[in-house]
Amino acid sequence: MALDFVQLAPEMGQFALILSLCLSAALFVLPLVGAHYGSNVLMQSGRSLATGFFIFVTFAFCCLVYSFLHDDFSVKYVASNSNSLLPYYYKISAVWGGHEGSLLLWIFMLAGWTFAVAIFSRSLPLDMQARVLAVMGFVAVGFLSFILFTSNPFDRILPIPPQDGGDLNPLLQDIGLIIHPPVLYMGYVGFSVVFAFAIAALLTGRLDSAWARWSRPWAIMAWGFLSVGIALGSWWAYYELGWGGWWFWDPVENASFLPWLVGTALIHSLAVTEKRSLFKSWTLLLAIFTFSLSLLGTFLVRSGVLTSVHAFANDPERGVFILAFFLLVVGGSLTLFALRAPVVKGSAGFNLLSRETFLLGNNILLTIIMIMVLIGTLYPLVADALSLGKISVGPPYFNLFFLPLMGLLCLLMAFGPLSNWKRTSGMQFVKLLWKPWAISLAIGLIFPLVYRDKYEILAALTVFIASWIATALLADLFYRLRNSDSFLAGLRKLSLSYFAMLVAHAGIAATTLGVGLTSIYTEQRDVRMEVGQKVTVVEYDFILNKLTHIDGPNYTAEEALITVMKDGKFLREMKPQKRRYLASGSTMTEVSLDVSLMRDLYVAMGEPLTETAWAMRVHLKPFVRWIWLGALMMGFGAVLAVADKRYRKAIKQESPVVEVAVGKLVNE
Amino acid sequence: MHPLRKQRLMIVIFIVVFSSVAVGLMAYALRENINLFYPPSKIAAGDVPHNTRIRAGGCVKPGSVQRASDSLEIRFLITDGISDVKVNFNGILPDLFAEGEAAVINGIVTESGEINASEVLAKHDENYTPPEVAEAMKDKGEHQKTCEGLKYGA
Repeated sequence: MALDFVQLAPEMGQFALILSLCLSAALFVLPLVGAHYGSNVLMQSGRSLATGFFIFVTFAFCCLVYSFLHDDFSVKYVASNSNSLLPYYYKISAVWGGHEGSLLLWIFMLAGWTFAVAIFSRSLPLDMQARVLAVMGFVAVGFLSFILFTSNPFDRILPIPPQDGGDLNPLLQDIGLIIHPPVLYMGYVGFSVVFAFAIAALLTGRLDSAWARWSRPWAIMAWGFLSVGIALGSWWAYYELGWGGWWFWDPVENASFLPWLVGTALIHSLAVTEKRSLFKSWTLLLAIFTFSLSLLGTFLVRSGVLTSVHAFANDPERGVFILAFFLLVVGGSLTLFALRAPVVKGSAGFNLLSRETFLLGNNILLTIIMIMVLIGTLYPLVADALSLGKISVGPPYFNLFFLPLMGLLCLLMAFGPLSNWKRTSGMQFVKLLWKPWAISLAIGLIFPLVYRDKYEILAALTVFIASWIATALLADLFYRLRNSDSFLAGLRKLSLSYFAMLVAHAGIAATTLGVGLTSIYTEQRDVRMEVGQKVTVVEYDFILNKLTHIDGPNYTAEEALITVMKDGKFLREMKPQKRRYLASGSTMTEVSLDVSLMRDLYVAMGEPLTETAWAMRVHLKPFVRWIWLGALMMGFGAVLAVADKRYRKAIKQESPVVEVAVGKLVNE
Repeated sequence: MHPLRKQRLMIVIFIVVFSSVAVGLMAYALRENINLFYPPSKIAAGDVPHNTRIRAGGCVKPGSVQRASDSLEIRFLITDGISDVKVNFNGILPDLFAEGEAAVINGIVTESGEINASEVLAKHDENYTPPEVAEAMKDKGEHQKTCEGLKYGA
């Protein structure tokens, strides 16, 4: 029996995918029709259809995992992305190691989010719920037809399947790849929920603070996942590619960064919409943009128009399909926006010096940064399409505008939390912020003096900006606690949302610090190293002791044994490797790292020069961990924000209201 | 002026100033930082601006790779089957750099028509060739075997 299932799993998976396509088509149509004609039965069908969609996609996903675990090389996708020698955890992660499987993962995530909406949105007015689920259904139809018609992971190689698979790309045989794509996709796809809420709001013309309160946790959660997902990708590139870089302004990195930028603007704009019923149409537009950019990212990565490690072997048909779907979504939702946006207009006013203004500034800056990154990413593609020649836009372009604009954003960031809605007096800023300003200025100016011999003015600026954000947050915290009896009692009164903001903003400070100081202070030696030779980087000495040959489970490797001395005292041994994978014949660099909060030591083997000499990369990277630490803090902040009880309280309070609303709808 | 209008005016001015600064910055940045792609035959023919950063791509000519014995300096020829161009590089080559394989070079073309490379990129894996190289070799062979169909006796 077990054997039968092994053989049948791909067919059952495919069948489940077809069924889920039917279910999602029903999910798209039925609740919308129900919402239009006020039919409760049809509207309520949304939840069951979403559940069914989720179950069948999960089943299909499990079938593919099962085929991978059982080395069913008659399945083409398994044969080209797995190998019988792979450990089981890489067999599982190989499921999303190629185009077809990563698309299935995308759909699996979409099904998960749709299911989550079905579960957690019981308190929503039924027609809103129906419309939100229908939009999710629409997105699902698009992606399921894409996978079924152009990139089916269950295709067979018959009648003669290969004896063994072609192996997973060794670059992807790594813990980073196990977690990076799922987390990133959770973020990408999570924005589809906010998109669905936005479209539903446009359809009903109802956009009040309740709407913003429903959408906010979804947007924040998706944003948190995306933050962590991008950081994981950067971390993976850092230790796996063996160049010592952590961000390359690679088009695919940009593709994930674009939705993050707009998503960040979105969660701030949603705050204004919830608290002050302002920026309504702008919020909707941001929600549409965020998801559209997620789709654009998918298009860029999957269509093969880009030069990147992520661009799998491609065929143009796929690109055309995603492009068409992308245009449909963007065109459709923007048309709807143009038609309906005037309906949801807000009218309250606010003073120039107010939290609204600062959040507006945040939105504008982030949007400008997004547009710049977008232009830099798309310009080569457009130029190529118009036959203006083959060009590439390098990191200097991105750094030139990204750094000053981001610096400005960080400077302004300190004011946001301290300002009041509607109106803030300038005196209040002066009163509360002169200390943080003075303290961070002092820290910033002193740091480069203490840290290294050569004074780096940019390091002073970086440290100033990061501590400015952090100290202003502290000033705000103490200001809020000024009237409480004790520190702890005061802390307990503050909401989780507030702590979430503190943690996430502090995360930005940490990332800023990491990015700035790593870029400025990295010491990099690409050298020829003989056995016995010593390389000195600042206070560290690296000595190549010997070279050995090693046999791994599915590779062979050369390993260098390097002794690291700090100020003449033994610190540790490092063992970088150069691996050759047997199945694919490809070569991989295994970096050796010595990790700490203040600095990373990074040693990678380049290439053999003679029997006893190798080209080596020896790097000292100060504060590089802070980059990812900051992103983790942002993710943690997102979790805190969503856990705030006001979202749950809102549900309890609104339950009776919902019934009234439904009753009213039925009466109408 | 009506306070609401005044406020709107301020917002509009704010937006206009910001976006014009941004656009100016961007135009400048784009102009300074675009690297055009050239195949070896164009470089050999002298159709290339000197002392600006360009991207070049071709196949590494078999037998042309020469390494210094005491440093990381390396020299090799890249070719598109029509002309060869000499590349100088000081640093570590990517894992999949090899003779007879495709490579992309970022660097500056000297007066003598050599490329001083600041960066050398090779194939990412067995299935993947940089699109620029594939494009430059389009008539010479299959997408994934760009260098195999090439005659090196140009």
